[in-house]
Amino acid sequence: MSNVPSELKYTKSHEWVRDEGDGTVTVGISEHAQELLGDLVFVELPELGATVDAGSECAVVESVKAASDVFSPVTGEVIAVNEELADAPETVNQDAFGDGWMFKVRLDDDSQLADLLDADAYNEVIEAEAH
Amino acid sequence: MGNRTVLYDAHNEMGARIVPFGGWDMPLHYGSQLEEHHVVRRDAGMFDVCHMTVVDLTGAGAREFLRYLLANDVARLKEPGKALYSCMLNQQGGVIDDLIVYFMGDEWFRMVVNAATTEKDLAWINQQAGAFEVEVKARKDLAMIAVQGPNALTKAIPLLPKAMQEAVGELGVFKAASHADWFVARTGYTGEDGFEVMLPATDAVALWKGLAAAGVAPCGLGARDTLRLEAGMNLYGSDMDETISPLEAGLNWTIAWEPADRAFIGREPLEAKRGDQANRRFVGLVLLDRGVLRDHLKLFSGDQAIGEITSGGFSPTLEKSIALARVSQQTGDSCEVEIRGKRLKARVVKPPFVRHGKALVEI
Repeated sequence: MSNVPSELKYTKSHEWVRDEGDGTVTVGISEHAQELLGDLVFVELPELGATVDAGSECAVVESVKAASDVFSPVTGEVIAVNEELADAPETVNQDAFGDGWMFKVRLDDDSQLADLLDADAYNEVIEAEAH
Repeated sequence: MGNRTVLYDAHNEMGARIVPFGGWDMPLHYGSQLEEHHVVRRDAGMFDVCHMTVVDLTGAGAREFLRYLLANDVARLKEPGKALYSCMLNQQGGVIDDLIVYFMGDEWFRMVVNAATTEKDLAWINQQAGAFEVEVKARKDLAMIAVQGPNALTKAIPLLPKAMQEAVGELGVFKAASHADWFVARTGYTGEDGFEVMLPATDAVALWKGLAAAGVAPCGLGARDTLRLEAGMNLYGSDMDETISPLEAGLNWTIAWEPADRAFIGREPLEAKRGDQANRRFVGLVLLDRGVLRDHLKLFSGDQAIGEITSGGFSPTLEKSIALARVSQQTGDSCEVEIRGKRLKARVVKPPFVRHGKALVEI
């Protein structure tokens, strides 16, 4: 069973969101997502300063197997990207919820966090996929 | 649910992620595809290849039949145990399958064909065999395990039947030895030394677990694909199929043109295209920019479309993305590949990329 930290929010497409409490969030892909993908060998992140829209693709992760889109869970401006991943994409496999974070966004509107899944709801998404 | 090999439960016990492949439920990896790749390049790994099919051809007409059926010529096989890689072509010169054929005796040849093509292969072989004195038998009673890597031989030999250990220890490359229903060939699909072991299905789990206990790592189809790609070995269905001639799949070397009077299936259309400047070249690519080359990506030289990738991926040994590709004859030593709307630079090279743990191309 995958680890699903209760302090984070999630999407059905397996991204996680950490509310930093100052109008910004950190985004990555879940432990479950990296397990499905297998060993990552390349990560393409959004550009600093770019505007991302909730539900639209904004990054790509490539494993030995295939390329997958990462969808932005929120709408806002990209204020940081994890440049370490360019040389060490495997960090996402090793520490999906920590050092494997992908980008940070300044939210257009704080209330959009309420639309995301909590840990229990995300666990149900994983369960449903397994059957 | 797909077909399951006799090793299916053992895979689950070893933590395999199972995926559907060619009608079979097969292990993709047992945790990390990259680690499995490296263990084969540096030590020893094993693969369940029971989904592939062993076909025995016996009888006084077996040799004559195979000289008609295959584009390579089994008459080249003089010593018993010797193996040959060949394409089996259709009347248009397209590739029905690629296979290995072993010459075991004047009235016994053994072929190993791909999993997904097994049924159509058997139908084709039986259809063509009509006029020959040959019996065709798919050996579904046999399992097959590939043991590959620089330490594969040392680790595997003590687990074989005692009566064949000495003979197997002396096997040359691309040769096989048999003992009762055990059959050990010094062949593989990784670019490393190793064996492919065919054995009674009832003995397969014991061998698999014995190899694991001897320090041979279980490896899935994921590593099998990155290893064969680095070794520059074609994958049927990706690099060639029934619409592609071996002349455009880098397989010219597998066509035996001599003797000129050997009438093998597909010879005439191939002869007509031999040396044709319109034939596309089959080349290797190394991506110079960051990213991963994938099947079917389009290739360009300036504004001109010059071809496409037939199989691509990431090379764990080179830590670069590599691919096999079909391109126009005029292609130079570099090209561009379009990935998600961007043009990235790739170097055109001659495969293989890696053999026996060493890089063979400039990166």
